[in-house]
Amino acid sequence: MEKQTTETLTGAQIVVRLLERQGVRTLSGIPGGAILPIYDAMSQSTLIHHVLARHEQGAGFIAQGMARATGIPAVCMASSGPGATNLLTAIADAKLDSIPLVAITGQVARAMIGTDAFQEVDTYGLTIPITKHNFLVNSAEELLEVIPRAFRLAASGRPGPVLVDIPKDVQNQAIEVAEWPAIGVADPIPAPAPELIARAAAMINEAERPILYLGGGVVHSGASGLAVALAEKAGLPTVMTLMALGAMPVDHALSLGMLGMHGARCTNLALDECDLLIAVGARFDDRATGKVAAFCPQAKIIHIDIDPSELDKIKAAHVGIAGDVAAVLKMLSPEVESHLRKRWLTHVNGLKAAHPLRTPGIDDARTHYGLIRAVADCLDDEAAIATDVGQHQMWVAQAYPLRRPRQWLTSGGLGTMGFGLPAAIGAALAEPERTVVCFTGDGSILMNIQEFATAAEEGANVKIVLMNNATLGLVYQQQTMFYGERIYASKFKGQPDFIKVAEGFGLATVDLDKESDPRAALAEALSMRGPVLIHASIDRQQQVLPMVAPGAANKDMIGG
Amino acid sequence: MNATSQAENQALARAVLELDVNNHAGVMSHVVGLFSRRAYNVEGILVMPVGDGTKSRIWLLVNEDARLEQMVKQVEKLEDVLAVRRHGADHRVFERLEEFFR
Ligand SMILES: Cc1ncc(C[n+]2csc(CCOP(=O)(O)OP(=O)(O)O)c2C)c(N)n1
Repeated sequence: MEKQTTETLTGAQIVVRLLERQGVRTLSGIPGGAILPIYDAMSQSTLIHHVLARHEQGAGFIAQGMARATGIPAVCMASSGPGATNLLTAIADAKLDSIPLVAITGQVARAMIGTDAFQEVDTYGLTIPITKHNFLVNSAEELLEVIPRAFRLAASGRPGPVLVDIPKDVQNQAIEVAEWPAIGVADPIPAPAPELIARAAAMINEAERPILYLGGGVVHSGASGLAVALAEKAGLPTVMTLMALGAMPVDHALSLGMLGMHGARCTNLALDECDLLIAVGARFDDRATGKVAAFCPQAKIIHIDIDPSELDKIKAAHVGIAGDVAAVLKMLSPEVESHLRKRWLTHVNGLKAAHPLRTPGIDDARTHYGLIRAVADCLDDEAAIATDVGQHQMWVAQAYPLRRPRQWLTSGGLGTMGFGLPAAIGAALAEPERTVVCFTGDGSILMNIQEFATAAEEGANVKIVLMNNATLGLVYQQQTMFYGERIYASKFKGQPDFIKVAEGFGLATVDLDKESDPRAALAEALSMRGPVLIHASIDRQQQVLPMVAPGAANKDMIGG
Repeated sequence: MNATSQAENQALARAVLELDVNNHAGVMSHVVGLFSRRAYNVEGILVMPVGDGTKSRIWLLVNEDARLEQMVKQVEKLEDVLAVRRHGADHRVFERLEEFFR
């Protein structure tokens, strides 16, 4: 603690001061009775810019967008009761994708807790299973410890969401503050065991058909460059999970792109043949592995992860290394022999040539793949790409040339429709110099469309590309493929006029359906400053292919 | 496997976990939530404060199945759990209590 002159401050003022000291400059939320003392204190802050979301879920995803773009814990706020319950989806989403988030909620006064007071819910109880840790704060003094600790926990080890629930009387309680605690920073991580590194290196050196399997942990750890360097040195074909896209440029000679349910045939076929799988910051998610027993059936496994509970959770590793993946890769690389690995790489290149990802229509901007490519053609790698959830998400994951870690913002683990727009707004607020594109669907956009108002108010530099197939496309696809074409509750009978809706919210709009030169219109829209809705109708019959049926082995892909 | 031997196996395959934890209102919820979420029954629970009362010790009696390893790792991850020790089913802590459950 550092010495200062003593001040008398309320809990609310302490929270705001601690956030300022922590370096928080932008946060998002919605006020309400039980958090008004904090809002009142925040009104006096010259450092913090509060972004008024239009739904607490929007606030949670705006904070997530900031955290995903920068890797720094971001803050969202909500009042008690419905404010807190509205945050839950965004918190759960952050948990599954390991995103550092600090959620601050107001709670009814301590004397009223447990009385079914107005807008009282058990926020603490509700958030136990969806946070990394949570707090119900008992006194203003405690805030001095809890707030920095929340930031430390959110950022330490495997990142994740932390919730701090603060009763209203604690916010109003005035105490003397003589010294301020140090800000919360990530704990140092113990160095990995050298003998495990040596064993892993020996396995890589001895392998004939190794594959490097990168997960989101590589991005979180800032280890993308190290992973690419290892792949290049040891001649390792490299697959990425949805969360890792961007860790290795997709057009890198060693990249096999995304694995799993919607990976290219060549990618899943190569995995089926590998004799060593080097999993780095990946958790063997079922969308990546398909039927686990049939995943990389011939391979020995090296598993490197910061979270020891991930090792052996789904698949037993021959060598499991708990540690920060950047630190592990730094130690591992020098022990790995340079290897051209001509035979295996030639074979993998043969697979790539024989079974590439098929992207029909990619040169026609009026098709789904073509639209994605046309957007990419207008932008460079500095742009950030967010998505919602559905077919459009998978098409973008397959076809957008992602080349930069943290370029890609998508809801992987929870797969939350409604993620895209607020997350894109958050990314744009955190890094205002970037163009942030949000690919969305006509189903997903409606789940948080109220955030158009936030985007307009903030002038956020987001370009929403609405791929309108007038269906809940991914559901429609599953019903078509696996439910005897019994299409039910997935085809919209009525649709809003999205252009008018966006205009009503104050966004600029472009309807590519009405443009004779969609590429030129797209280029113009993407170069405008501020929020723009770009609307494009696409064919509802298009499917995401190839596809591994849920529960099937990855090598048994349908289509593509 | 026939019914008797399965039952016998179940009776035998127990484990006792000993947890050192911070003593505050939410800790039990955090710990048992990990088990209930996975439909992993906790057969017995004992908790008492230790020392000056800022820490508690939790004893858990659980069935030993293939998920126990993962359960222990998850428990170790909890912020308020300071240490986890694993004992065999023969540990005396629950045995001595049996007379209260007759
Ligand atoms: C909040 C939420 N509810 C339901 C789902 C299930 N779901 C997954 S994709 C999808 C359809 C998405 O439709 P749309 O946003 O139009 O995208 P498209 O698949 O047509 O590209 C649904 C309903 C989900 N992922 N998230």
